[in-house]
Amino acid sequence: MASDFSTFKLLLKRDLTLAYRHRSELANPLLFFIIVISLFPLGISSESKDLQVIAPGVIWVAALLAAMLSLDSLFRSDFEDGSLEQIALTAHFLPLLVLAKILAHWLTTGLPLIVLAPFLGILLFLPDSAMLTLIATLALGTPILSLVGAIGVALTVGLRRGGVLLSLLVLPLYIPVLIFAAGAVNEAARGFPVLGQLYFLGALLMLSLTLAPFATASALRISLS
Amino acid sequence: MWAFLYKFSSPKYFYTIAGRLIPWFGWSCLVVMLVGLYYGLFKAPPDYQQGESYRIMFIHVPAAWMSMFVYMIMAVAGGIGLIWRIKLAEVMAASSAPIGASFTFLALVTGALWGKPMWGAWWVWDARLTSELILLFLYLGVIALNSAIEDKRTAARASGVLALVGVVNIPIIHYSVEWWNTLHQGATITKLDAPSIHISMLIPLLLMAVAFKLFYATVVLMRARCEVLERERNASWVQELVKRD
Repeated sequence: MASDFSTFKLLLKRDLTLAYRHRSELANPLLFFIIVISLFPLGISSESKDLQVIAPGVIWVAALLAAMLSLDSLFRSDFEDGSLEQIALTAHFLPLLVLAKILAHWLTTGLPLIVLAPFLGILLFLPDSAMLTLIATLALGTPILSLVGAIGVALTVGLRRGGVLLSLLVLPLYIPVLIFAAGAVNEAARGFPVLGQLYFLGALLMLSLTLAPFATASALRISLS
Repeated sequence: MWAFLYKFSSPKYFYTIAGRLIPWFGWSCLVVMLVGLYYGLFKAPPDYQQGESYRIMFIHVPAAWMSMFVYMIMAVAGGIGLIWRIKLAEVMAASSAPIGASFTFLALVTGALWGKPMWGAWWVWDARLTSELILLFLYLGVIALNSAIEDKRTAARASGVLALVGVVNIPIIHYSVEWWNTLHQGATITKLDAPSIHISMLIPLLLMAVAFKLFYATVVLMRARCEVLERERNASWVQELVKRD
């Protein structure tokens, strides 16, 4: 039998290949992210001083929603074709395999958000001084969104209409990330130090990295039973 | 002791015991609540700053306490149900969730009613109010998940996992909200933060807290009995019970 780690790599490679073959599906959450953000200037004001104030919050809320919308693809297709059951049946350590799937999901949905965010920051007149902080908070925050969201998806994957329910389960759990991340970008825009908030985000990332795979694995076992 | 626990956790035994306990809890709840309300609404002196309107605290504070207490019970019961697969723990968790959500809602509404004359606004994004609102969202999530899954046992285990995830998150949410609030608003309005509360107000408050606990015990047992009947509807003792009545 292959070792746990080589299975981890295999599963990661498989998920990345699958994602690459469905490139258009990957673009959808990103398009959503861009469209939602471009709605705000239309709805509020085109003045740079107004947009500057709301920019950190808007970018982060849009990132939360985009991450949540992309979550469904994490387990859905594998659940429908039965491969999720096979993954759960292997003798390998399930939380580790779950982590591989979450990592693949983050690489294909979270990482592109980080690349896009500075451009959207420019659209909302986010000061240059805050740009680096925006990237740093997204780099620390989006993995948390994928990890925590995975628990919600695992709980709802067996339900036919899990989409709205998923948002109800997952969004309250995202609130601390939003507070620290948007707070940090706000502070950076005003020229204050933000290291404290980044440390908090790092701590939340470590906490969710260690606990979320276990919760996701047990939730998956419940959904598959 | 284990034998007793084992016996108590059998649905049939629980059904009869709970039926006998409910009147005791219910009547003592009524007595304590009437005494507490009397002392709170008539005997306690008016507050030197807030006048009479502080009296809503005798409902508001116990409700807020219960909102957290019931969540803990729900999570612990959910955890027990997950680990030892005890049906009764699952039943308790499932029947606690709507009660806890109601307490949270009550705390929010009374808070808003009190906030209007005191702060001049129905709602303030105060740290405690906000974390109470998020707690309500967590409750609603558990309830929604519970009702979305058809198989009762799967539903109970799934919402047990969610409740446990929520318990890990509640302190994080609480402190992050507090931090967010104090950072963004210079002057935070804290309610009931006076370190000493006068004994004439403390006693009715504690009485009301006890009354709310008894009320919870009464209602949760009623709901749990109903839930047990629904789950065990194919069991022979339920069939006999229905035939006898």
